[in-house]
Amino acid sequence: MPFELIVALRFLREGRMQTALILGGVAIGVAVVVFITGLVQGLQASLVERTLGSQAHIVIRPPEEKAQPAVDRKTADVAARVEARPQRLRSIDQWEALLPAVARAPGVVAVSPMATGAAFAQRGTASKSVAVRGVDPERYRRIVRIHEDMVAGEFRLSGTDGVIGIELAKDLGVTVGDKVRLATPEGRDDVITVAGIFDIGNKDLNQRWVFVTLKLAQTLLDLPGGVSTIELTVSDIFAAEPAAARIERETGLLAESWMKTNAQLLAAMRNQNISTGTIRVFVTLVVALGIASVLVVWVVQKQKEIGILRAMGAGRLRIMAVFLLQGGMVALAGSMVGSVLAAVLVRIFARVFVNADGTPMFVPEVGATLVLTTWAVALLTGLLAAALPARRAAQLDPVAAIRLG
Amino acid sequence: MSAARPEPILVLEGVRKSYNVGTPVEAEILHGIDVAVERGEFAALIGPSGSGKSTLLNIIGLLERPTAGKVRVAGRESTTLDETGLTELRGRTLGFVFQFHHLIPAFTALENVMMPMLIDRGRPDAAMRANALELLGEVGLEAAAGKKPAQLSGGMQQRVAIARALSMRPPIVLADEPTGNLDTHTADEIFDLMRRFNSAHGIAFVVVTHDRRLAARCDRRIELVDGQIVRGAAPPWKEEDLRPGARAD
Repeated sequence: MPFELIVALRFLREGRMQTALILGGVAIGVAVVVFITGLVQGLQASLVERTLGSQAHIVIRPPEEKAQPAVDRKTADVAARVEARPQRLRSIDQWEALLPAVARAPGVVAVSPMATGAAFAQRGTASKSVAVRGVDPERYRRIVRIHEDMVAGEFRLSGTDGVIGIELAKDLGVTVGDKVRLATPEGRDDVITVAGIFDIGNKDLNQRWVFVTLKLAQTLLDLPGGVSTIELTVSDIFAAEPAAARIERETGLLAESWMKTNAQLLAAMRNQNISTGTIRVFVTLVVALGIASVLVVWVVQKQKEIGILRAMGAGRLRIMAVFLLQGGMVALAGSMVGSVLAAVLVRIFARVFVNADGTPMFVPEVGATLVLTTWAVALLTGLLAAALPARRAAQLDPVAAIRLG
Repeated sequence: MSAARPEPILVLEGVRKSYNVGTPVEAEILHGIDVAVERGEFAALIGPSGSGKSTLLNIIGLLERPTAGKVRVAGRESTTLDETGLTELRGRTLGFVFQFHHLIPAFTALENVMMPMLIDRGRPDAAMRANALELLGEVGLEAAAGKKPAQLSGGMQQRVAIARALSMRPPIVLADEPTGNLDTHTADEIFDLMRRFNSAHGIAFVVVTHDRRLAARCDRRIELVDGQIVRGAAPPWKEEDLRPGARAD
């Protein structure tokens, strides 16, 4: 063990109380940073998961129909009011050719065409407004894992078999095997058999979504052979927006990512990140000030010893190294204790904040990256905090230090 | 006896020291000191308070630089050395004994004795330990090797400090009032110990002391008054004006 380390360790051991205080400070600081960061990451991951549990990452639609003014406003002096055109239900042009092209786009994991439109679900005298969603079940389950949310029957679509939400089933008083009539504004209707009932965790969707085969939806919505939307899943959910923009550019269609649809959620997450970032910065500052102030006192207390070591041939740099080592060691040791503390906090959190069924609401994500990053920041903070006291120690005049008697 | 002597271990030529240079309160403490200490000499540095003894000792000990003049320790000119060179020369050629033992409380007696060697070589080894134990044996404190300074008496602390000063086997040891804090009996013991090392290992000692009785037992008394050496600038075999009791104080 080199001289500097021996002296640093011995000084730390000798000043037990100070070492304990400084270690405690670093540990609490690190625990707070790790726990809060993990908490927010866990919360955000859970929020995103819940949001995307019932949503495609990207939805492609046909472009909006624009009004074409009969008179060119640039060449003629007219006071015209151009009214926006009402948007009718249309199919995406050449969607069958488009599908493989979109599926091959970078980052796209799954694609699912869908024919969707408004309808009434009727049984007896009850009539409920619903959204008919005609899908290919094999493709669709890779967009929204609805087969995992079934409460009765199964997610099976074939012929006139359909799947409805739990709220709609309640409203219409139907269960698996019962029949429901679907009537569309296009003037078509058909009777479907309920093959399964889902609970996706969203009351509105549980009330409105009715899944049928693509073919049946095309007939009901008067979209022969057409689809109104194509839904996509991408590998990196936070790259959905640029991916959507690229698809829009390349196809001329409208492509909307979940990030745009949920702009508020993303803004809230950003604000959360800003506030945790602020907390992190201030906790780090407080820890740094704590280390620095204890080390400054240490240098004053050890003036005499430093003077003796200097008189015995220890150079300024080596004295500096002793105090830098002290700062670094307490930071690192405190980080380790703090990480253990954070792990304990996570356990407690997961046990206290639970759903009705006893599963944790969400578990703070404390990964190796987070822990190691925090250690690195703590170490750097310790060294920087020790720099000033270390410099002061190195500049002590041995004669003055010895004179203290 | 004087003709065959080698280069003195310590030579000061025209050393001046001023404080607050360039300010209205500039004060010259040492006014041109010429002094030499031979190898194996045992010299006392005496003089009234405020005569500049401590400043002179600090300059000899390479802890302070003179404003003018030259300092040569073990044949090396110190005024041309930078901070690092000075620190290294100090560590290797000079041992220090202070009035207050100045042992490092966090370390045991043995570790304190090892400290100068540890500083010099960077990391501890078995030889260092053996060396330190041997020195502790020579000062009669082998049994106290594992004790912290706070567990030792004043005399024992000072003996550990002497062992520490000798651990690098320096050719010269500087002692600043080494017995100033001890009772007469213990002071005698410490003085005898230093004399023993002086005669057994040929280590030169320069001892600053107020104790006339002890000064009288030194080979030579270098007397400083108002920043000038009034007696004992050269060893007695070169200058005949110093005999025991000849001081005017």
